[in-house]
Amino acid sequence: MIEVRGIHKAFGPQQVLRGVDLDVRTGETLVILGQSGGGKSVLLKVIAGLLDADLGTVRIDGRGRGELSAEESERAALRFAYLFQGSALFDSLTVMENVTFALRRFSSLAPEKLRAVAEERLSWVGLRGVLDKKPAELSGGMRKRVGLARAIAMDPAYVLYDEPTTGLDPISSDAIADLILSLQARLKSTSVVVTHDMALAFKVGDRLSLLNQGRIHAVADKESFRASDDEVVQQFIHGRARGPIQFL
Amino acid sequence: MELRDGVDWIGAFLEETGRLYLFARELFAETVRFLRKPRRALELDGRTLLTQLEQIGTLSVPVVITTALFTGMVLALQAGLTLEVKLEGVSQFMGRTVALPFLRELGPVLTGLIVTGRIGSAIAAEIGTMAVTEQVDALKTLATPPLRYLGVPRLLACLIMLPVLAALADVVGLVGGYIVAHLVLSVPTNVYWGDVPNMVTVADLVSGVAKTFFFGGIIAVVSCYQGFQASGGAEGVGKATTRAVVWSSIMILVSDYFLTVFFAFFL
Repeated sequence: MIEVRGIHKAFGPQQVLRGVDLDVRTGETLVILGQSGGGKSVLLKVIAGLLDADLGTVRIDGRGRGELSAEESERAALRFAYLFQGSALFDSLTVMENVTFALRRFSSLAPEKLRAVAEERLSWVGLRGVLDKKPAELSGGMRKRVGLARAIAMDPAYVLYDEPTTGLDPISSDAIADLILSLQARLKSTSVVVTHDMALAFKVGDRLSLLNQGRIHAVADKESFRASDDEVVQQFIHGRARGPIQFL
Repeated sequence: MELRDGVDWIGAFLEETGRLYLFARELFAETVRFLRKPRRALELDGRTLLTQLEQIGTLSVPVVITTALFTGMVLALQAGLTLEVKLEGVSQFMGRTVALPFLRELGPVLTGLIVTGRIGSAIAAEIGTMAVTEQVDALKTLATPPLRYLGVPRLLACLIMLPVLAALADVVGLVGGYIVAHLVLSVPTNVYWGDVPNMVTVADLVSGVAKTFFFGGIIAVVSCYQGFQASGGAEGVGKATTRAVVWSSIMILVSDYFLTVFFAFFL
């Protein structure tokens, strides 16, 4: 379980998060919706420990990040898988080296076993025959898949998706949504998906939340969220420019 | 510039210097941890270190040789043409005229500046690009501290390779001086080489090469720091690269003075 309490984060004079409270229950997929530039990715990075909050706490399974030693928090990172918006593959390494990056460092698997694991994880994300390619030789959708294969190589307990369908066509986006569902079933992990893609949100989310003006404006299960009579929620679901949410 | 702007500038400069100091401290602490690591981990990162040793050392050899050779040649030519007009027979001192400034200053400083241009810029651009494309964050999510994975091999490679390159530059510079002294100024071989040990001491050689150990540290720390600080896409990477080269060069030239004073007292 992830407990987020009172998270504030500013970049210079710009206050991005103004007291975010949010729980992510074990085993669920929680979607965080919000406007572009509204702080969703910042919140995800704070949850993952990539950014420090100015104020507030994030507790993972009852333990705050500040309570961990440097070594422990390094190891704790392996329980999290993070799919970056731009995939963030290491472009000097091959697909095989990318996918097995953490395994090579933290397991004693022989090279042929590593290759087998890489092939297996890539097959989970629907890729074959790309092991020896460099990231630059792959399409955007394929890079996302390799990024996902790399992220899940260590059997993480938590999978964090940062805008997984940004920059993809609707068909590839739906394929990514299917992938998220199949991985969820396979890994039994807890997932957080940051997106503004409503089709993805309703397809993969167990619960949906809306980040507005630096705070969680609403959080509810999928059906209640869809049926909500909250004007802000309805404006976002239907993508209307006019309404209580101001265009950023 | 108003007084207030000046005060702001000094404040920003001091803040940046403080950040650089903290970064350097962390990088050196991480390097010590790296060297104490178990064998398996060392093997893994050892390969990265070998790549950096090749990048910083082996691949810098041609440019270091070219620079040292022609600097040695021009030093001999200038000294010969200038002095011979004033003092006849001065060419018998050609060995020391080339060797002293070259071993003490030109060899180490030129090597430092060349490696800054070739490697400092590459380090800042590579790490900077990784920072703006979230690859540095990706390392953290894979439980790999970026400073250890990216910074430590580059620092170690600079610390090891700069003195080696400087020693090479010293030898090549003296040979360059000899070529001109012998072929253009007609200084006999035994007179040129026989004059070198007359004025040059072991301390000159050691202090010159030892300086480059510090220059290597400056290049790695400043360039890695600028790379990690990069933000805002291609423009940010470009600025980080420029700052890495400018600040490394300035710090090499300034520290050269103080290192010379230091070695003058202790060697």
